[in-house]
Amino acid sequence: MAPQFILDSIAFISQPWPWWVAGPMVALIMFLLLKLGKEFGISANFRTMCAADGAGDYSDFFKFDWQSQGWNLLVALGAVFGGYVTSTYFAGADGNIAHVSSATVESLRGLGMNYEEGAVPLIPPFYSWESLFTLPGFMVIVVGGFLVGFGARYAGGCTSGHAISGMSALQIGSLYAVIGFFAGGMLMTYVLFPLIF
Amino acid sequence: MMRSSKYILIGILFGITMFKSEAVSWFRIYEMFNFQSFHMYGIIFSAIAIGIPVIQWIKRTHMKSTEGTEIQITDKDKHAPRYIYGGIIFGLGWALAGVCPGPMFIVLGSGYTVLVVFLLSAITGTFIYGLIRKYLPH
Repeated sequence: MAPQFILDSIAFISQPWPWWVAGPMVALIMFLLLKLGKEFGISANFRTMCAADGAGDYSDFFKFDWQSQGWNLLVALGAVFGGYVTSTYFAGADGNIAHVSSATVESLRGLGMNYEEGAVPLIPPFYSWESLFTLPGFMVIVVGGFLVGFGARYAGGCTSGHAISGMSALQIGSLYAVIGFFAGGMLMTYVLFPLIF
Repeated sequence: MMRSSKYILIGILFGITMFKSEAVSWFRIYEMFNFQSFHMYGIIFSAIAIGIPVIQWIKRTHMKSTEGTEIQITDKDKHAPRYIYGGIIFGLGWALAGVCPGPMFIVLGSGYTVLVVFLLSAITGTFIYGLIRKYLPH
């Protein structure tokens, strides 16, 4: 049996984290990477993975010293471990629950997703191999993934690179990108979701 | 080895943070784009509110990295079209997929192996962008 303080710590971490814990943690992560001489930006890994697979033969965009980006692949690998660690040790009493607002529970009903309040899962049921061959599953996983990879590189960064790093460095380009993120996100949510779900 | 483990530890911290704050959840992203909760905005705004003074402090003190060189914060090019067009495409994908690039890795690690397909789709998207970028407005 583990000592009580370890069990207490696990229980403490396992609670849902409020925004005022998560936001400062994200800022800390950005600072730690800067201190190590790196800039926080996860989507750059997709370009590195293309380059590592020989995409340089097809476009000069993938001809760069991708081995110098190894550190960022390690951050992504750590993120995979982080997901494992959290779901294995810090799932908490609620486990797989997203504590969304009652307004959201109501909106979801409009899309035909009927959940009771307090029972909305963290990970949606359409994140599964079976759903891959249904229209919503295919759209979410294949089309959604494609748009994220295409758009992130076109815009020169994703949420971490633009919304966090770029906005913190007061970059006007990042502000344009974030405005674009919300324009695209709202178009999808309001106009296209009723057609997909 | 020590150098590698630092980056892995930062990634783990990132993974736990995003997972426990539910920022990895499709439903939280849906809620955000519906403006039905402050939660996601709180995460983003508080990170920026701390990030701005931290970056000013780094710049003004010419802070050195652990490598011993001055920390460089690259200025992004100011030309708007790529950010707007790319941003809209990314936003469409972010709302639809419900995960941005970081959470793709995190949700994969939590045991949803289908996220491999998300990652392959995203890598394909980046690859196609690389092929056609010379025809796109930037």
